[in-house]
Amino acid sequence: MMNARTVRTWYRLHKWTSLICTVFLLIACITGLPLVFSDELNDLLQPHVHPASLPASAPVASLDRMVEQTRAIYPMLHPFALGWDDDEPRIFVSMTPVPDPKPSDLHVVIFDAHTGRKLEQPNNLNSVTTFLLRLHRELFLDLPGELFMGVMALCFVISLISGALVYGPFMRRLRFGTYRTQGVARTRWFDLHNLVGIITLAWTLVVGATGVMNALSIPLFNLWRAQTLPALLAPYRGKPLPNHLAPVDVAVDTAAKALPGMEISSVLFPNPVFGSPRHYVVWTRGKTAVTSRLFTPALIDAEHGTLTVARALPWYLRTIEVSRPLHFGDYGGLPLKIIWALLDVMTILVLVSGVYLWVSKRNTPVANELDQMIAMERLEAVR
Amino acid sequence: MTRNQIYGWPAVLAVIIFAGLLSALFGDGAWDAISWVLLFVPLGVIVACLLRPLKKRNSTL
Repeated sequence: MMNARTVRTWYRLHKWTSLICTVFLLIACITGLPLVFSDELNDLLQPHVHPASLPASAPVASLDRMVEQTRAIYPMLHPFALGWDDDEPRIFVSMTPVPDPKPSDLHVVIFDAHTGRKLEQPNNLNSVTTFLLRLHRELFLDLPGELFMGVMALCFVISLISGALVYGPFMRRLRFGTYRTQGVARTRWFDLHNLVGIITLAWTLVVGATGVMNALSIPLFNLWRAQTLPALLAPYRGKPLPNHLAPVDVAVDTAAKALPGMEISSVLFPNPVFGSPRHYVVWTRGKTAVTSRLFTPALIDAEHGTLTVARALPWYLRTIEVSRPLHFGDYGGLPLKIIWALLDVMTILVLVSGVYLWVSKRNTPVANELDQMIAMERLEAVR
Repeated sequence: MTRNQIYGWPAVLAVIIFAGLLSALFGDGAWDAISWVLLFVPLGVIVACLLRPLKKRNSTL
């Protein structure tokens, strides 16, 4: 077992890392609760027009026709991206006024993927879930906020590990799961904090660590882009940007042939900020439970519709992609989401009881016990 | 109590939770159901721990 001094160090680390992140963790936990049910909430709050029910094997309508129709609706805007819906054969065409749009800048028209019919033109994309997600992920502060929340998540992970280490010394005379309801209120909160904290530890560690990873995804993606793109753009140096783009249908077809066995997930139009000024970026993904989380981009020459490169992302981006569902809990149906929500409530309980233990700390059993341990160690040293 | 006695049950629960988290990740259908059952275990244990003093009190009455 650790000596008393080490325990005290871990205890201090647990206390301070917890205090630093508690407020932000509470925000994350409380907004996370409804966010677990994002899909259900969006369906409920924003009912949408359903596409025709055709077999999944039915041919896909012309994407260029969809873009054309969208251009006619928004003649002042530029095509930004095409997105395929996960659940229904729907295609989202988004238009932007600027090359680096914020989500609120985008205008979207939704089409039936098989018939090519326009389904709807939602005029308000800023749903309740978008609002909650922006608070949860970045405190409405964009990238700096996202990185800050990443640091808070890291504090949380450190507090979990140090908490697990001090759990042992504090439980030396107690059975696992002890919950004493008689006596002072503080004892009850202490037991609650310990038992709920240690039982849910593995889950909170996973959600905390994947939270850190998610916060790093934008910088890491930009890093990869900065490493990859210059070499791909070198052959075009000095040439003017193309006036005419190859049809999107051709670009998607080229990507599908280059990456057989994958399905198309989205297309980013030539874009100097998010993608490449010379390429369509066609994002594809696998078809099984695991590989559907792994996205592989194909860069298609925007002028000729020919393949430039189609290669899997580096390991660090693939790791983030596979770990993402472990943060959201959206990968095992509604029962898993309910379990996720309940475990989230348990985490709130641990946070609140932790704050209570700190607020009511004067002359407490915790501090007393620690002092006792230190004193015993000194006595032993004297002998 | 020894370290094994203190960390025994938490370690078992951690293994159950990890298995539950991975199960739904690597498959659908039955794999999802396995993950629901496994991830429900920690919640059940919490409820059992919180209810235990209540039961004890009732049985002594």
